Amino acid sequence: MAYQTENTPADPRHSSRLGLRQRFYVVEVLVGLALTSQHFFVNMWRHTLKVVFRSKSARGAVTIQYPDERRPYSPRLRSLHRLVRREDGSPRCVACMMCETVCPAHCIYIVATEHPNPEIEKVPERFDIDLGKCVFCGFCVEACPEDAIRMDTGILEFAAYDRASMVYTKDTLLALEPAGVDGVPTSPVPIPPSRRPA
Amino acid sequence: MSGLALDLLLQAIPVGFVMFLVLNFGGLLTWVERKQSAIMQDRIGANRASISVLGLRIRVLGLLHPLADAVKMLTKEDFTPARADVLLFKLAPFVSVFFGLAAFASIPFGDTLQIMGREIQLQAVTLNVGILYVLAMISLGVYGLMMAGWASANNYALLGGQRAAALMISAEVAIGASIMGVVMVYGSLNMQDIARGQGQPLLPQFFGAWIPAWGVLTQPAAFILFLTAGIASTKRIPFDTPEGESEIIGYFVEYSGMKFGMFAMADFLETVVISGMTTALFLGGWQVPYLQASGFVFPWGASVALPHLAVVGLQVVSFLTKVVVMLWFLMLIRWTLPRFRYDQAMRLGWLALFPLSVLNILVTALVLLAVGKG
Repeated sequence: MAYQTENTPADPRHSSRLGLRQRFYVVEVLVGLALTSQHFFVNMWRHTLKVVFRSKSARGAVTIQYPDERRPYSPRLRSLHRLVRREDGSPRCVACMMCETVCPAHCIYIVATEHPNPEIEKVPERFDIDLGKCVFCGFCVEACPEDAIRMDTGILEFAAYDRASMVYTKDTLLALEPAGVDGVPTSPVPIPPSRRPA
Repeated sequence: MSGLALDLLLQAIPVGFVMFLVLNFGGLLTWVERKQSAIMQDRIGANRASISVLGLRIRVLGLLHPLADAVKMLTKEDFTPARADVLLFKLAPFVSVFFGLAAFASIPFGDTLQIMGREIQLQAVTLNVGILYVLAMISLGVYGLMMAGWASANNYALLGGQRAAALMISAEVAIGASIMGVVMVYGSLNMQDIARGQGQPLLPQFFGAWIPAWGVLTQPAAFILFLTAGIASTKRIPFDTPEGESEIIGYFVEYSGMKFGMFAMADFLETVVISGMTTALFLGGWQVPYLQASGFVFPWGASVALPHLAVVGLQVVSFLTKVVVMLWFLMLIRWTLPRFRYDQAMRLGWLALFPLSVLNILVTALVLLAVGKG
């Protein structure tokens, strides 16, 4: 069998070969201009509807202006962790170290201590998550036998200027609330000290 | 006020108007470029530059971005390469911008304005060879690019300058040849005369006074050829081989700050000039259909008398409208077509535009002979 030329640029019928119409540019240029100007006029009309006639449904652009508006997030989105509280406000976590063990990035650090209630085995004295290392795999959530850690705050804005500020401690994580409708965070973003204005 | 001072003052009106017009269009084109491309691509475009007034963030559709750009450009480091030819390096952007600005001078933006017993031609410089002047200015603009390419002591810049020169020559030849058809039809090199000629009715023995003899109707082939070559001479996409950001960066690779901004500005100024040229030569210049010096005279017999100032005002508005539409169209082309490869651009210029322009001249000559105007 001869060397296969079918559907390669060597094939005379291949789409990369220019026909007479393409070689003459003018028609093809006009086709292209028709397409782009159609987008222009349709979008201008939608912008006009939106601005002049206050239409809610008309959208002249697909842009989501991020800090001002967020796209709806899936409820399954893995965002900043939080520690679930008991009714008395203490962490539900029993410091079993499952999450620390399963964590592939070794970003969880737990120090256990006795719980005053004898029916509860332990309680974390320290529960630090280094978000600089976290890979957001969600294994800690899966591993937790007490449903004490979740990643449903909807918060994604935890950038910082130094590594120390990426470490989130127990009190911060305990204070967070689950996200609301469309993944909009309900608790304020815990801004690290390095990002606070001087 | 003495007569001479008044003359000077009145003459300053069209000059000032042209400077105001070209500079503002050039600056606004940066905004148009961002916004129009965004709208064509279903985006919003630059809209976040703001000024705080009484705690209110004012954005005005991103119109502050040209200002922000200027501030940014002026405060950046002004870099000169160690081995650069300092004089040429610093002169180049000014040469580019100067010829871009000067080219608009002989493009008429209105008919004669009669004021205080004087007649003012509504063009900055009244020249009998106006077309040649504009062509000369556009061609001289490339000296800035060649100087920049040479003086930067950078191989990529040199390549860019060389490409700019080659592109400019192939575009200029086609521009000159395609314009000749227009010159033959209207019988003048004076752009004001050409604009006036486009107010005459087209083939009155067939159409009566219904259709004005705009250049795009008398010279359709020249219109397309001129537009293509004109876009090439602005060296913007699809003919941006001298710049070619993704390949050689080009003649301004060593420039920074406002000097770089001036090269970008020169591109926009040339776009304005090409728009003005196209308007003046092919779209009837300042002509409004059926508007005579005394007011509207419609072909169906009706007429509306208008005062002189209103007529001139309508003409200027008509010219500006046409220029804006042309600018929109050039932007549309710039954001639609991909870049021609260097050899493709050369081939298009020398093997398509130039021969077709010459053919257009021949056909025009034959037609003119046939209808007995030659």
